[in-house]
Amino acid sequence: MILRLIERTGVFLVSLAVSSVLVFAFMAVLPGDPARVALGVNASDQAVAELRQQFGLDRPLPTQYFDWLGGLLHGDLGTSYVSKVAIGPQVFDRLQVTLWLVVAGMIIALVVAVPAGTLMAARHRKLSGLALSAVSQVGVAVPAFLAGILLIVVFAVKLGWLPANGWTPPAQDPGMFLKQLILPALALGLVQGAVLTRYVRSAVLDVLREDYLRTARAKGLRPFQALWRHGLRNAAVPVVTVLGLQLATLLIGAVVVERVFVIPGLGSLLLDGVSNRDLLLVQDVVMVLVLAVLLVNFIVDLLYVALDPRLRTAS
Amino acid sequence: MSDVLTVRGLSVTVRDTALVSDVDLTVGAGERVGLIGESGSGKSLTALSVLGLLPEDVYAGGSVRLDGVDHELIGADERRMSQVRGRDIAMVFQEPMTALNPTMRIGDQLAEAMLIHKTKPKSAARAAAAELLERVQLPTDTLRAYPHQLSGGQRQRVVLALALANDPSLLICDEPTTALDVTVQALVLDLIVRGVMDRSSALLFITHDLAVVATVCERVLVMYGGRVVESGPVVDVFTRPRHRYTEGLLAASDLDTTSRRLTTIPGNVPPAGRFPSGCVFRTRCAHATALCEESPPWSGDEAEGFACHHPAGVTDA
Repeated sequence: MILRLIERTGVFLVSLAVSSVLVFAFMAVLPGDPARVALGVNASDQAVAELRQQFGLDRPLPTQYFDWLGGLLHGDLGTSYVSKVAIGPQVFDRLQVTLWLVVAGMIIALVVAVPAGTLMAARHRKLSGLALSAVSQVGVAVPAFLAGILLIVVFAVKLGWLPANGWTPPAQDPGMFLKQLILPALALGLVQGAVLTRYVRSAVLDVLREDYLRTARAKGLRPFQALWRHGLRNAAVPVVTVLGLQLATLLIGAVVVERVFVIPGLGSLLLDGVSNRDLLLVQDVVMVLVLAVLLVNFIVDLLYVALDPRLRTAS
Repeated sequence: MSDVLTVRGLSVTVRDTALVSDVDLTVGAGERVGLIGESGSGKSLTALSVLGLLPEDVYAGGSVRLDGVDHELIGADERRMSQVRGRDIAMVFQEPMTALNPTMRIGDQLAEAMLIHKTKPKSAARAAAAELLERVQLPTDTLRAYPHQLSGGQRQRVVLALALANDPSLLICDEPTTALDVTVQALVLDLIVRGVMDRSSALLFITHDLAVVATVCERVLVMYGGRVVESGPVVDVFTRPRHRYTEGLLAASDLDTTSRRLTTIPGNVPPAGRFPSGCVFRTRCAHATALCEESPPWSGDEAEGFACHHPAGVTDA
């Protein structure tokens, strides 16, 4: 088990190192000189050269890479070429906003998918199960931004129950924070929930056919008790895989949904960075997103071992 | 001797196809009864109907009564059946490799069997589980093991311990040794017999292996085509079979044959629902005549008898 932990940690660290090289390389080969962008097209070559030296862009690429990486490891994300502001605190603030959104969306997805998927599997021959399947099929087909717009139209514009957009930090006004969180989190979570429901359904269906569930019934457990005590943990293994992939999708989905709901998250920071040609900012935000996705995969790997004892003895 | 299990006119159907028809079966207290027949003869379905665990879309009719349970088991609701299962009737299945929950420790799975029916308080369940393991000759540290750490034979012993946890009045074993290595079959059979004898439980033992029936059971029922075709004490049925199917079955498993060819019953078991009218065996029987198009009546009493127009051991007129 410890061997597996070391192995997974190794895989995580190596992927992180490789992806940092890739992110840096992509930004380095992109056309467009940050110094030229910062000074504008009319700036003299000398002024541009001076600024390049000031940013450290005249040094060889490996030096620049290790300088950037060293900074990251110390939590220093550098200074924006465009706004001349430190990037670290900005990314940190925005990350918190996005995390709230992603976590709330994930919770909504789980709250929808686990009961609905289980019910669909348990009643897969009955009308109620088929009806749920049809509803989830519709949910799968709706993209998050469209769901967001629909939610705004119905709950904010027509009914006026919730604000259409905006963001308030939870420390400032918890009530307002929750009100503004609900719609974007629903837009993210419902769509992911519909997708996840189908995976939960098939995982539970597989488990229902297992012999050990019949053994549980033969012991004297009723069908739902047997499924609850003996089925769900076994069904969780394939579902966790999908959940890991979905968290990555959710991060990407958040970029779009933040735009729709005018939320100052990591997504809007990234889009602003791109339109302002703030290369270092974009590089940092992409790296943070990559780190988040890799971290999720790492946790999923550990969850497997926690869920399935058969993986603990395998090397 | 009072009867533990009384089955009357049991039928099992899927859609409109009859898989088991008109089975009568009685198991006395502490009695060990074998149910033999080829695959597809309806043995397992008969057992699953008793337990009320038939697959979806498969339905049982007729009557199943268990001593000490004051209601009919066929058609009983889930709430009542779940109280009977695991407490009054327990079952050991054929495939030990998949019968246990892979994510739960053996000790917890054993303790659960007693906690469901509240036959042991939580504080005593652990010790009781250890004792159950000892009685199937497994070390106590098996409690902490997960199923994948055990061999097939060890797992089947755990399944047996699980089934016997609440001292059921009836234990049903469905081909419990078929999936095991020959070397551990004898041990598991011995543990089953000892387990039911220690608890004075009755045993309904399903198998296609005649040698196993001879060592384990006192009485035997022969099934073919979803019907009981012959029944009687093991010694009588095996030495003087009356039904032509039993006769063929015994000849097929006779290894002392002087000819070098294996004796077989001609033809195959027809698929479900395609059995002939009248005597279900007549399409494969060398002795069949026009008379066999009518269902043969049962001769003898329920404990010992057969259903054949041209029984063996009688000179045909």
